[in-house]
Amino acid sequence: MSSLDTGSLWLLILGCIVTTAVIKAAGPVLFGGRDLPAPFMRVVALMAPALLAALVVTATFALGQRWGVGAHTVGVAVAGVLLWRGRSLVLAVVVAVAITALIRAFA
Amino acid sequence: MWSVTDDARTRFRAGVRLGVPFGIVGFVLSMSFGVLAREAGFTALQVVTTSALVFAGSAQFAALSIAAGGGTVAAAVSAATLMNGRFLAMGIALAPSLPGRPLWRATQGQTMVDSSWALANRGDGTFDRWVLFGTTLPQYVAWVAGGTVGALGGDLIGDPGRLGLDAVYPTFFLALLIGELRNRRAVTAALIGAGLALVLVPVAPPGVPILLAAAAALIGLRKEPS
Repeated sequence: MSSLDTGSLWLLILGCIVTTAVIKAAGPVLFGGRDLPAPFMRVVALMAPALLAALVVTATFALGQRWGVGAHTVGVAVAGVLLWRGRSLVLAVVVAVAITALIRAFA
Repeated sequence: MWSVTDDARTRFRAGVRLGVPFGIVGFVLSMSFGVLAREAGFTALQVVTTSALVFAGSAQFAALSIAAGGGTVAAAVSAATLMNGRFLAMGIALAPSLPGRPLWRATQGQTMVDSSWALANRGDGTFDRWVLFGTTLPQYVAWVAGGTVGALGGDLIGDPGRLGLDAVYPTFFLALLIGELRNRRAVTAALIGAGLALVLVPVAPPGVPILLAAAAALIGLRKEPS
């Protein structure tokens, strides 16, 4: 249970709305509408794999500021195999959730 | 100033189709956010407002986990901001592909979410903005719907952790990552990014490791080996 009252939570939500909008606007406003140098574009092209890989490992292995593995790690690993073999995202997610829940139920 | 051509319409529709599976998964994620947020003291209206106007999954979960753990408003907003830090890098990448005046570019930039950004990426440093808009649309609808269902039906859904729903988020990102591994360089950038993030997890606040992992893309400064 949060120690924040409804008024404080509104403040939190407002803060998140404003900062998210500003961050999403910053790049397009400052760098938009013009061509940028070739080395810049090559770096940009590699940002997606770098950021997505970081999101995958933190969502799988980070519990706050600690590393850890759990039932969900197994679920995600199996889903990864399915995705790699070209199966659909929805199927992979259903399998990941089912395996994770099963392990939790019996562990 | 600009007109919607048939080609743009086709690409927008292609984006919508690409976005549907991510929308389905987003629905589940947003629903678990709704359930957890109600448990942490959010009203239903607050959950729906957050889903509709923040519309950033990892930031929402980051802020929520701080609030639920007894943290301050400032700490929760900071965590969400750090988690969103990657949109700074992604927005800079997207910028040259967005036409128009600054205010209009800022507006277009609001449609950026992880999946739409990745799927609109042509792989050469440019982005198809109509695919971006199209991919985001079903995900936005599903996100707001999922948040609403979670906020109103939490008692029926139960504990998202016990149900294995924490496996949804990494799988979502894994699907996008696999789509990005187009060549050896992309694989190298992914491995370095993953390594950086893992090393930084114990020493940096949540969100920062992801933002700093973008530095792995700097290997692109070297010319393509021919």
